[in-house]
Amino acid sequence: MPFPNAVKRGIPLALVVALIVLPVIDPTSQVMLMLALAKGLAVLGVIVLLQAGQVSFGHALYFAVAAYTAAFVGKATGGGEIIVTLLAGVLAAAVVSVVVGIFVVRYRHIFFGMLNLAVSMIFFSFLEKFYFITGGSDGLSVARPTVLGLSLERGAFEGVLYYGTLGLSLVALFLTHRFLSSPIGQMLRAIKTNEVRLEYLGVSPRSVLLVGYVVSAVLCGLGGALMATAQGIVTPEYAWWIRSGEFVFIAILGGAGSVSGAFAGAFVYEAVKTYAAAFAADIWQMILGTVLLLVILFAPTGLVGLYRSAVTRGDDIDAGAPDRRKREAVS
Amino acid sequence: MNLQLFALAIFDGISYAALVFLVAVGLTLIFGVLRVLNVAHGSFYAMGAYATASVGGAIFAAGWAPWLAFPLMLVAAAAIGVMVGGPVEKLLLSRIYQMEDVLQILVTFAVFMILEDVQRLIWGVRPLFEATALNQLGTVSVFGITYTVYQLIFLPLVAIVVLIALRLGLRRTLTGRLITAVTEDREAAVTIGIDVERVYLITFIVGATLAAFGGALASATTSVVPGMGADMIVLSFAVVATAGMGQIEGAAITALLIGLGRSFAVYLWPELQVLVPYLIMFAVLLVRPQGLFGAAEARKI
Repeated sequence: MPFPNAVKRGIPLALVVALIVLPVIDPTSQVMLMLALAKGLAVLGVIVLLQAGQVSFGHALYFAVAAYTAAFVGKATGGGEIIVTLLAGVLAAAVVSVVVGIFVVRYRHIFFGMLNLAVSMIFFSFLEKFYFITGGSDGLSVARPTVLGLSLERGAFEGVLYYGTLGLSLVALFLTHRFLSSPIGQMLRAIKTNEVRLEYLGVSPRSVLLVGYVVSAVLCGLGGALMATAQGIVTPEYAWWIRSGEFVFIAILGGAGSVSGAFAGAFVYEAVKTYAAAFAADIWQMILGTVLLLVILFAPTGLVGLYRSAVTRGDDIDAGAPDRRKREAVS
Repeated sequence: MNLQLFALAIFDGISYAALVFLVAVGLTLIFGVLRVLNVAHGSFYAMGAYATASVGGAIFAAGWAPWLAFPLMLVAAAAIGVMVGGPVEKLLLSRIYQMEDVLQILVTFAVFMILEDVQRLIWGVRPLFEATALNQLGTVSVFGITYTVYQLIFLPLVAIVVLIALRLGLRRTLTGRLITAVTEDREAAVTIGIDVERVYLITFIVGATLAAFGGALASATTSVVPGMGADMIVLSFAVVATAGMGQIEGAAITALLIGLGRSFAVYLWPELQVLVPYLIMFAVLLVRPQGLFGAAEARKI
């Protein structure tokens, strides 16, 4: 059932408008939306790697590295400036990902996933055990930073943070989309389809994957640093493997084939989690697990795939996902 | 480090390695045949522990003979393997074998999440403790150290028996040979008329039972708490990856290596205790990407 063109273009725009207006109408939703945006950024990072057919079960590492760095920098500079703490967090995630990346890009599939898991578990244990540095399982509190030198009240700060995050997310979405359609993004996809052919073309798959790995870590780091600033506390739970699993989960839920799937998945995930935790506290994991099973078995292209097949076939909604990828996700 | 501490670290390591081996060998068996990394394996471990501790607590309170603790472990493990593992393979995994790796792992991850809440609903969140089996066997003194017979002798013995039984079972029995054939070459196995679906189901049930058996044995030595499955699954992944996927004897040696490494860390540098398995895995995979005992795979063009 094809929709008119205006409607097709209109729906994503309407969603963005809804994200701008919703916290004004219902202030209680702002916290949930903020968390969803921060997680959405991290999931975007996971999706970059999924383009190469690789799945990391340890990307919470970069989430946590950036979050703790933001906390430390904030503490060292007496509250700190939000631009400085965020940049420091992202930079730390990038540096760590280069070091870890040089090692893990030599591996594929399960070994790639497991090695990432191992590194994140090492960092998790470090956070828990070296409590004199990291505050142990109690974590560290993150002071409210200034915004461009201004100290804001709590309400105003949260508003600025939310809309700032929304803006950053849109920019990240656009840049990631451009990255994936660039030559290096295409090569990244070639790792999934046929790595040996890539080598015959004289391209080093390891270097390509390393670039993708660092991009994905930067996105995860940005999400983690924003999350830490929003929550005002960082705990080792940021690096816990369940959280890494959550990112992969959301990517599949939203649709691993396209960048917009990251945020579509994150909003639905946070909403289900929030309401399931409120109304069915004992079985929220069961509900999420069931949702995941249903998506994989009956809608392997995720929410974005469902949306695409509802509006039309072959039309490029976010211009970043040619139909070819939809078929790959199914096969 | 004096001689006594040294011996203590070795004893701890051996008894711990025996438990880890049981869980890891089930995982590696399932991976070898089904080519699926089963995250829900940790749930089977935890459910085996819960089933043993709760049923044990009830029947010993009712005055049943304490030696029944040992057969109870076998029964509980088999029950979890058949009643939980069986349906998971038959109803879910059998639908996803043609999917990508990532989706297969996520399906088992979803099962893991669901089973975590199932445990909470059935057994609550209060820790269970049921050490009848441990107390039955008493203690023994070696090098002036008093250690429980259960952990020092019984657990390693069980692990060795399981290792030999698996090896003989796979080589000598018809079902074992069918499993080996499917592991070696699935397509060839289908063409000569092997019922691959049945082999998958049997393998999965055996693997799940081994994990539940590990949990049943562990329940006598530690309190059974929510989250124990998550810890164990990550550790047994490390063992399986270090050994090489699908390697049974390799899993035994690696479990011992990691168990000893971990227990020495407890005495020498406690902060490192949790890290040691991953550091070992890292060091091994750096030198041998296919694992200690794994064979390098040919690349497809």
